[in-house]
Amino acid sequence: MPTNMAPSSAEVLRFLPEIILAVMGTLIMVLDPLVRGRSPKIFGHISIVTMLAAIGASVYAYSNPGPAFSAMLMVDGFATFFRVLVLGVGILAVLSSYRFLDREKAETGEYHALILFSLVGQCVMVTANELIMIFIGLEISSIATYVLAGYLRDDKRANEAALKYFLLGSFATAFLLYGIAIIYGVTGTTNLSAIRNVLSNPSTAPGGAVVGAAVALMFVGLGFKVSGAPFQIWAPDVYQGAPTPVTAFMSAGPKAAAFAVFLRIFMTAFETVGTGWEPLVWVSALLSMTIGNFAALVQQNIKRMLAYSSIAHAGYVLVALAARSEIGTSAAMFYLAAYAMMNVGAFAVVAHLSGKGERRLSLNDFAGLGIKQPLTAAMLTIFLLSFIGVPLTAGFFGKFYIFKAALQSNLVWLTVLGLLNSAVAAYYYLRILVVMYMHEPGEATLAVEPLSFGLRAALILPAIGTFVLGIFPSALLQFADKSSIFGR
Amino acid sequence: MNLLDIVLCTPLAGFLLTLFLPRGKPQWVKAFTLAVSIAAFALSIGLAMGFNSGSSKLQFVTDFIWNASPEIHYHVGLDGISLWLVILSTLLTPIAILVSWRSIDNRVKEFFGLLLLLEFGLVGVFAAFDLFLFYIFWEVCLVPMYFLIGIWGHERRIYAAVKFFLYTMAGSVLMLAGIIFIYNRAGTFNYSSILDMLGSGRLSFTTGEEMLLFLAFFLAFAIKVPLFPLHTWLPDAHVEAPTAGSLMLASVMLKMGTYGLIRFCLPMFPGASRQCAPWIVILAIIGIIYGALVALVQPNMKKLVAYSSVSHLGFVVLGIFSFTQMGLDGAVYQMLNHGISTGALFIVVGFLYQRRHSLEIKDYGGVATVAPWLSTAFLITTLASIGLPTLNNFVGEFLVLQGSAQANFRWTVFASLGVILSACYMLWLYQRVFFGETPEGVRHHMHDLNLREWVAIVPLIILMAWMGTGPQTFLPPVSSSTAHLLEQSKMNVPLRVHAAPAPPINVVAEARHAH
Repeated sequence: MPTNMAPSSAEVLRFLPEIILAVMGTLIMVLDPLVRGRSPKIFGHISIVTMLAAIGASVYAYSNPGPAFSAMLMVDGFATFFRVLVLGVGILAVLSSYRFLDREKAETGEYHALILFSLVGQCVMVTANELIMIFIGLEISSIATYVLAGYLRDDKRANEAALKYFLLGSFATAFLLYGIAIIYGVTGTTNLSAIRNVLSNPSTAPGGAVVGAAVALMFVGLGFKVSGAPFQIWAPDVYQGAPTPVTAFMSAGPKAAAFAVFLRIFMTAFETVGTGWEPLVWVSALLSMTIGNFAALVQQNIKRMLAYSSIAHAGYVLVALAARSEIGTSAAMFYLAAYAMMNVGAFAVVAHLSGKGERRLSLNDFAGLGIKQPLTAAMLTIFLLSFIGVPLTAGFFGKFYIFKAALQSNLVWLTVLGLLNSAVAAYYYLRILVVMYMHEPGEATLAVEPLSFGLRAALILPAIGTFVLGIFPSALLQFADKSSIFGR
Repeated sequence: MNLLDIVLCTPLAGFLLTLFLPRGKPQWVKAFTLAVSIAAFALSIGLAMGFNSGSSKLQFVTDFIWNASPEIHYHVGLDGISLWLVILSTLLTPIAILVSWRSIDNRVKEFFGLLLLLEFGLVGVFAAFDLFLFYIFWEVCLVPMYFLIGIWGHERRIYAAVKFFLYTMAGSVLMLAGIIFIYNRAGTFNYSSILDMLGSGRLSFTTGEEMLLFLAFFLAFAIKVPLFPLHTWLPDAHVEAPTAGSLMLASVMLKMGTYGLIRFCLPMFPGASRQCAPWIVILAIIGIIYGALVALVQPNMKKLVAYSSVSHLGFVVLGIFSFTQMGLDGAVYQMLNHGISTGALFIVVGFLYQRRHSLEIKDYGGVATVAPWLSTAFLITTLASIGLPTLNNFVGEFLVLQGSAQANFRWTVFASLGVILSACYMLWLYQRVFFGETPEGVRHHMHDLNLREWVAIVPLIILMAWMGTGPQTFLPPVSSSTAHLLEQSKMNVPLRVHAAPAPPINVVAEARHAH
């Protein structure tokens, strides 16, 4: 126990992004009644500036990396990577929300405040070096996201989505907490490095069964959060019911943060018992890829299809985790960045096209988009090609790094099955391309409104990012490589 | 930046610039893309001029690190095998643009832009000497062709486009796994270093590993060739594609498969290649005969030409897996020949389609009286395709059959059946379309070649005659490269085999003994 409990200024600086987000989120709540109705867009602007400032603070914090608050938080490359990633997702989600909030005549203040609070939680999650902090971050993030999923109060589907997400999410959190409790019980600590030390020392290591139970329980909880099979049941309904910009946000941001936690816990605290959990991850990865891809094949609703696709992509990241190596960790980091961009971009197109009340969500509503709005269609094409994993897109290098790591760890079968899976996946992404370019424009595309500025930015930025990562991946990968050893 | 880089970059730059051309001016787009593709072709002639055909070394090499981790090089170059394939790609692109001049009137910008993107991918595939770079170009070719078929194709275009994409994708993901596996072992994607390491024993695979790697690469290439029974995507894709699509697909894209077999399978996995050769040859011969028989009964002209491709490509595979100098030379030569004569066939069939708007043979007849020059062009192409001496296919088929006879005479006997059958289906096609009664529809719609069509077809006809009578212009660079390749793969035992024709199992034993 440190004698002086007051945090030093360096420690506060390391926590600056979260402070900025929390303060500004609260400020928006306070300002909301004052400007209500007069200039609804102002909150969007405020939250974008806030997130940019938080990104700046994260980068600045990394100039002096290290632990904070009695090592409950750890600002290292890994944390910085994911902080910037989730904040970037937040910015893109807000950019694609302007038109949506306007169209649905929804309140803007709470919306943006909730996004910021959710980001606080995600930033805490990715920085946390200790199980209780991880739990707190997860809860902050999740509760804000539950509310966001049901943000359109009058929409039945959104209500169902929020309720389902909340109930199942709480259930999964309980599993996680149970696991944490057991680990604390047998090791006497919640600090990840300390747990690792206890587990790796034969004289102090507790019985395998207890540790196994704890690992399995935490695996269930985190598996739920990343929508990995067999805990993926909630994802399609929730993704479909939630407002599309929110879906874009929660399918990329909280998921990336949950994966960050997953990687950090399993690659630090539980690394020494890796042979025990590798089969779990192996099975879950294969199930996620297969269930996700095969279920997506038959979907007619575009949001449901993307939901299943996101399950499949979670599977790919789990392959990287199953590799149990630093290369695997950095491959997962790279993939999550690539995935975040293409996923947010694709959902932004859906948000653009769906129209008031989100009625136009069927695959056929994309008919002839390539003729009617070539730019929108071209952007979606880039994201879809990246999902498929066509070279010169970020998705390709993401897959390449993951399967390279898997092969290096001798996961030959998982690699072959995963790659075959990605060939299957090409089919349903191609279906969208087919409808978009090879069918005549239908009712939905003829009625589509011109791209608003926010949406245009929310499409073009990730498209550029997809290409940059697809052509010059090494800068980001080198950073990920460097960060994959965590702060230990 | 050497000439090859410029040839590679010209279509890419052209594609990017095309995106910014105004949508309302289709003529500009056509003229611009034509100019770009002709420029690329003119530059590629410079490659042939500057090529030292006596050397088997890579020429026009550029090599720099493109991506640091893992180390991926932009490593391009040419040897005798890739030289002509690059030129074939640059030659056929302007021709593809010319034949699409009139027939494409919707989304003009996208169509001609995609043709240039396709050219970039094709040149890249044949010039890449880094496994990873090769894979990237390989996949880059896929996207424009998918759109060319799917948007501008005929009735069942969507089915054909998706089938084409998925077949190729399914094959290539396993190749990607193979490439990653090799990288994890060798620590490099560089083709030449991998071969050096294999040759010096610093890199070796167990028999099982080599077999699996071979199969992973082989499957990707065999789908592309296409080798029987993986050919089912081909008739669909060819028939449904617009003329330019069929032309590029048949003439160049199929060669990506056979090129891959020669470039990667043979030298990198020599043991597995030899082990599998008898089976592959059987499939090739089945393809030769089956393709020809199916072509015989096709009521649709494009489908007929498509199945004839299955048959012709069987010869190429047979030549490759005969492991003889002649067989390999013939295979490479036949790749070029098939590109030219089948390309020309698709073009003249496209001319007919544009006039009569039908691909069914029964809708035609007596075209020769209405359009004599068109009929002449078709006749020369037909004769080239069936392997008439003095025309190009004869040289290639002869070399392949000679090479396969050195390896196993029985193969030659069966493969020769394909030559006879090809005369049957092509001449019968010619007879039904060009002779006999002239139906009203033909009389009404048919007219002779116009200037643009002349310009498109004449270069190919000249090449048929040139390659048929003067193979010494084209073969020397090919031979020196194939000889080097045989040496690299330690299969260079043609003389021994020549003395006593023996099945390849014995060849393996002899080769082992010789070393």
